[in-house]
Amino acid sequence: MAKWAIAIHGGAGVDPNLPEQRQEEAKRLLSRCLQIGVDALKARQSAVDVVELVVRELESDPMFNSGRGSALTAKGTVEMEASIMDGRQRRCGAVSGLTTVKNPVSLARLVMDRSPHSYLAFAGAEEFAREQGVETVDNSYFITEENIGMLKLAKEANTILFDYRIPLTGADTCSASVGSLVPDTSLQMNGLPISIYSPETVGCVVVDSTGNCAAATSTGGLMNKKSGRIGDSPLIGSGTYACDLCAISCTGEGEAIIRSTLARDVAAVMEYKGLNLQEAVDFVVKERLDEGQAGLIAVSRNGEVACKFNSNGMFRGCATEDGYMEVGIWE
Amino acid sequence: MGWAIALHGGAGDIPVDLPTDKRAPREATLRRCLDLGVAALKAGRSPLDVVELVARELENCPYFNAGRGSVLTTNGTVEMEASIMDGTSKGCGCVSGLTTVVNPISLARVVMEKTPHIYLAFDGAEAFAREQGLETRDQSYFITEQNIERLKQAKEANRVQIDYTQPQPIKEQAIPRSEGDSQIGTVGCVAVDRNGNLASATSTGGLVNKMVGRIGDTPVIGAGTYANTICAVSATGKGESIIRNTIARDVAALMEYKGLSLKDAANQVIANAPKGTVGLVAVTDKGDVAMPFNTTGMFRACAVEDGHSEIAIW
Repeated sequence: MAKWAIAIHGGAGVDPNLPEQRQEEAKRLLSRCLQIGVDALKARQSAVDVVELVVRELESDPMFNSGRGSALTAKGTVEMEASIMDGRQRRCGAVSGLTTVKNPVSLARLVMDRSPHSYLAFAGAEEFAREQGVETVDNSYFITEENIGMLKLAKEANTILFDYRIPLTGADTCSASVGSLVPDTSLQMNGLPISIYSPETVGCVVVDSTGNCAAATSTGGLMNKKSGRIGDSPLIGSGTYACDLCAISCTGEGEAIIRSTLARDVAAVMEYKGLNLQEAVDFVVKERLDEGQAGLIAVSRNGEVACKFNSNGMFRGCATEDGYMEVGIWE
Repeated sequence: MGWAIALHGGAGDIPVDLPTDKRAPREATLRRCLDLGVAALKAGRSPLDVVELVARELENCPYFNAGRGSVLTTNGTVEMEASIMDGTSKGCGCVSGLTTVVNPISLARVVMEKTPHIYLAFDGAEAFAREQGLETRDQSYFITEQNIERLKQAKEANRVQIDYTQPQPIKEQAIPRSEGDSQIGTVGCVAVDRNGNLASATSTGGLVNKMVGRIGDTPVIGAGTYANTICAVSATGKGESIIRNTIARDVAALMEYKGLSLKDAANQVIANAPKGTVGLVAVTDKGDVAMPFNTTGMFRACAVEDGHSEIAIW
């Protein structure tokens, strides 16, 4: 019998000034969700069932950026996306542009199990949701006061930081005003100062007691994103991947994750270079991200678990059958 | 080390007895696109420019499943998607759910170059296209008689609506073989210049009779499109298969991580995917070319600086 293991995350890139109380709340939520996963694994549920139910739990809580509590588009609405992958046969399902589906990860699962496709988006995905009878609510259900405030701040910051890829040097005329808003340009993610950046995404990876791996990722996306913007979370090989060797879920700067096909690369270096899980995770985060900031969680079919990030912190939790259980935020 | 280019007009169940009136215009388009791409490379245009202009040409041709001539959704509409990737910077741009944009690949490029995002879709992408002043036309521009017919046949055979993982029913023989190319997906182009810079572009209308909102492999970086400093890949075939096998990324990964040659990497990736589902074109920074497929055929063409060039279907 294989050993089970589970890891979860609530996003990479955390404000170093996050109030103590918020940190405690986050750790409590991570612990609660981790325990739900652990209990399900002890009850011999399959990996794909466990990742779905844990991510549902994370989506339902408004604390992290997925489901309820999702970051807002530039229009002030919520557009959610998610993906799920079953390492057995690498079946997968993904959704984007959801506006009323209460649990995006569950719709992604239905795409995988009940449609001839792998990825459905926007109106087509919403229609499929209704056909399947999943729970839907008004878009306002997902919107929190806090995120309305964050959106306002993000818009103010973006009038100055309109293209985060342009390096801010002392010679630029806009840097004087930028300086007051962004004192430390190294603490930015996706073009936003870390205090208003919404760590994107929640995710879960699991290896069950039969050695099968699965992964799921869910998000509201980038704060102040253009309507219609798709990130890495629903993209198989970028934000999510699972095969017979391992399962991975990523979070952070979507562009960097996509360019480096981060999730697939962890499995690829294990498969093609023979690295073990920790070596693969270390390699990929160190060598593949270039200037991008991101983090990932991973499990292997041998019951190993690994978390790594080059961002400022990542909300995460891991547990193994040996009794190891831990949640954390910082390095 | 010279330039090289490879392009495709889709892999699928292309019957060997494809009638001349269906074969000739496609071959002519492949030839025209190859000539355009070669001329651009000789003129020193960047690989990114080259793959975009070739993909545009393929999109404008109504005989291939991209842009004009895109296959239809189950509602009889067109929903186009595309992606482009610059091997040198690893920058990428992707679009899905386009209904009026004449050249999806160009919108993908604009997303890459003019937004902080990588991927825009549906209404948001259409709105962005208008903001940027890209050419748009009414849906009817994209819809061809051939595709209306394909949709009709697909609905009759119920070919997408059934669980596609089940073996094809025997009654498939009843489907007129001359139109057996209903599986054809995608156009694409990969190119490398004399300095070893690489780029890849892929564009499609998707799967016949697909559900509205269905996204395939074409706009998924790592699945349908990939380029880095070692190689550029564009894949075609059954989207769902290409996604789960991360086809485009895997060719590069096998070369990078296992030290395989392009030929071996490309062949291995194709062999590992279910038969009859995928094809790809790829070039390396050294000017090697590969165009393997495990379907009946793949419309394709390639040329390298030393003079060798090829246009083929089977």
